[in-house]
Amino acid sequence: MPAHPILEYLWIVPLLPLLGSAVNGLFGAKWPNKIVNWVAIGSTGLSFLGALEAVREFFDYFAQNHETFHKAFFTWIAAGNFRADFDLQMDQLTVVMVLVVTGVGWLIHIYATAYMAHEGGYYRFFSYLNLFMFFMLILVLAANYVLLFVGWEGVGLSSYLLIGFYFLKKSASDAGKKAFIVNRIGDFGFMLGMFLLFRNFGTLDFVQLFAKADPSAFEPLWKFGALTVAALLLFMGACGKSAQLPLYVWLPDAMEGPTPVSALIHAATMVTAGVYVVARSHILFAHSETAMLAVAIVGCATAFFAATIGLVQTDIKRVLAYSTVSQLGYMFLACGVGAFSAGIFHLMTHAFFKALLFLAAGSVIHAMGGEQDMNRMGGLSKKIRWTYVMMLTATLAIAGFPPFAGFFSKDSILLSAFQNEYGGRNVGYTLYAFGLATALLTAFYMFRLIFLTFHGKQRYDEHQVHVHESPNNMLVPLMILAVLSTVGGWFAAPAFLPGGTDYFTKFLQPVFGGLEVAGTEVEAHSLEIWLAGVAFMIALIGAVVAYWLYLKRPEKTNGLAKSLKPAYATLLNKYYVDELYAVVVVRPLLWISTNVLWKVTDVVGIDGAVNGIARGTTAIGDGVRHTQSGNTRSYAVWVVVGAIVVIAIIFFWPSGGKPFLGMVH
Amino acid sequence: MVPTNYYVILSAILFGLGVFAFIFKRNIITIFMSIELMLNAVNLAFVAFSQALGKLDGQVFVLFVIVVAAAEAAVGLGIIILIARNRQTLNVERVDLLKL
Repeated sequence: MPAHPILEYLWIVPLLPLLGSAVNGLFGAKWPNKIVNWVAIGSTGLSFLGALEAVREFFDYFAQNHETFHKAFFTWIAAGNFRADFDLQMDQLTVVMVLVVTGVGWLIHIYATAYMAHEGGYYRFFSYLNLFMFFMLILVLAANYVLLFVGWEGVGLSSYLLIGFYFLKKSASDAGKKAFIVNRIGDFGFMLGMFLLFRNFGTLDFVQLFAKADPSAFEPLWKFGALTVAALLLFMGACGKSAQLPLYVWLPDAMEGPTPVSALIHAATMVTAGVYVVARSHILFAHSETAMLAVAIVGCATAFFAATIGLVQTDIKRVLAYSTVSQLGYMFLACGVGAFSAGIFHLMTHAFFKALLFLAAGSVIHAMGGEQDMNRMGGLSKKIRWTYVMMLTATLAIAGFPPFAGFFSKDSILLSAFQNEYGGRNVGYTLYAFGLATALLTAFYMFRLIFLTFHGKQRYDEHQVHVHESPNNMLVPLMILAVLSTVGGWFAAPAFLPGGTDYFTKFLQPVFGGLEVAGTEVEAHSLEIWLAGVAFMIALIGAVVAYWLYLKRPEKTNGLAKSLKPAYATLLNKYYVDELYAVVVVRPLLWISTNVLWKVTDVVGIDGAVNGIARGTTAIGDGVRHTQSGNTRSYAVWVVVGAIVVIAIIFFWPSGGKPFLGMVH
Repeated sequence: MVPTNYYVILSAILFGLGVFAFIFKRNIITIFMSIELMLNAVNLAFVAFSQALGKLDGQVFVLFVIVVAAAEAAVGLGIIILIARNRQTLNVERVDLLKL
């Protein structure tokens, strides 16, 4: 028995969901839902337990060796001096990711058994969902970029399959394609980044690569050295996967998938893969001021931009989708100002409260019999009390009210933005200002959602909609997530006490290096309390404005929308970005595809070549068939002519004195 | 001793006659005989060169040709008998079933 059984066989953790996926996918079609449930929940549950044990063993290992756990299982690709092995690794960053993925994933599996109970393709859904878990675990456990990329593409595949789960619906299959194609643009950058890294450092293994990259010189603003370019290219991939400007357009449409999918893939785990990659590659990013600034600015701009769109959406899931884009922007903002641990902290708390929000929204949709438009809800708080309490918890968490999780993570991001050193102090203050504005908008649109859905007048027909509370299978995961959304941020709470430290940052210190808030300990401490107070006030203002607009004076909203018509229409139409992309990218591409690729290259070129060869063969056969006259004597003549030709060639071929085919000396 | 080129010339004449008959005769039996004539013309050349070069290779080859010719005669005559029975003729111009 090895000292660390699960750690030594770490591949078990991702393998279990893969097995579950294969079993359900191959045999599930004929099984009753109950057996499919056992396979799906059992495999992910065991995977979660395995992950917990692996984490416990890792702490043991780390206490002895003080280094990342790294284990090579087998060589996957070896070509020349290029190697890509099936290596898994575990460090504190992986610990956070693995527990979030398996834990939240498991809860959402349980929830989905109730939510999807009446849907067709039940086994197919769980097969895809388990497949997603497998690829996500590969992504976070991978010890090199190539294996990470396998997971990266695999989660994209699962995402595509699940967005298009209701594939008979045109909008769903279109949304699936959109997600896949937009992600491909980012992946293009990711791959180029990998190539560049391999060219410069000769390895893609994290430990070796970062050890080689670490001594490189710092690249100041506007200097595009190898590290800057590689980091920017990797960030391009992250933008695609994590729905950042300008590649965010697929995420809102991804809400066509079933709600548990939105919760697991398009909120809690997969979309955070980009943040994970940036954090994992923090050594590359930290060496380049340009890359850091790009990450911070893109993140901050996305956070603000998406939040403004979220203000006016009426579809409950779309509000949450834009909120996800916005919160992902926060995470990138944190990474961009060098506060990687704050970004990962927000990633974790966001996974809790955003999964909770989506699952609670799913519970609302379930209660309303499939209705997603908030204009046709209202006054639900008394009828589905538990769901309401959960939703309110998550809203308080995302809006940044203490002592809920989001308050602490958002606060540490804003603090880091305020203290940002990249690109000068003014950049930091601007980032902070936009971050704070986003916090205001976040509080506003989240409370708008709460008030529109759960309070005010009832705006649906009671005879048509039978509002009912969800079953326990759905409520229990909600409760667990609600507890996590509440206490999940308390790791950082001691930072507010005199002499206390942020335990989350301290926990990730072996990965990201020294504590970011160092030196001016006392000053930073009072600054932190000040900024937290400001953030809290801002969130309160947002909530109060939403209360006033949507509960006290609901008639005002229409007037406000009318008086600000251009702005309102722009926001409602999502800044016309989809239309812009349609004109600039989609239509020209379609035109080229139709008129050049289809009608010229395909019809004339490829079909022409294939049909031409066929026609040519027929024509030759048509001509040659006359030689087969059936007249034996003409065959005899051909034999003689052939013999004469062969003899003539042997004698008269200009062979330059050399014997022809060695026949004549 | 007769010079080698006499044999070769005789062999060429015989071969040419064989080719001529092979092409222009209509009777299958005659065509068959012309093939035999060509084979034996080649045999003569083989033996002549074998004699001239003082090697036995040519004579060995001739023995093989004779064996093959015997086999060919057996098969060929069998075919000819079948044709004669089925079509009541030995004229090759009438044997054109494979015509397209």
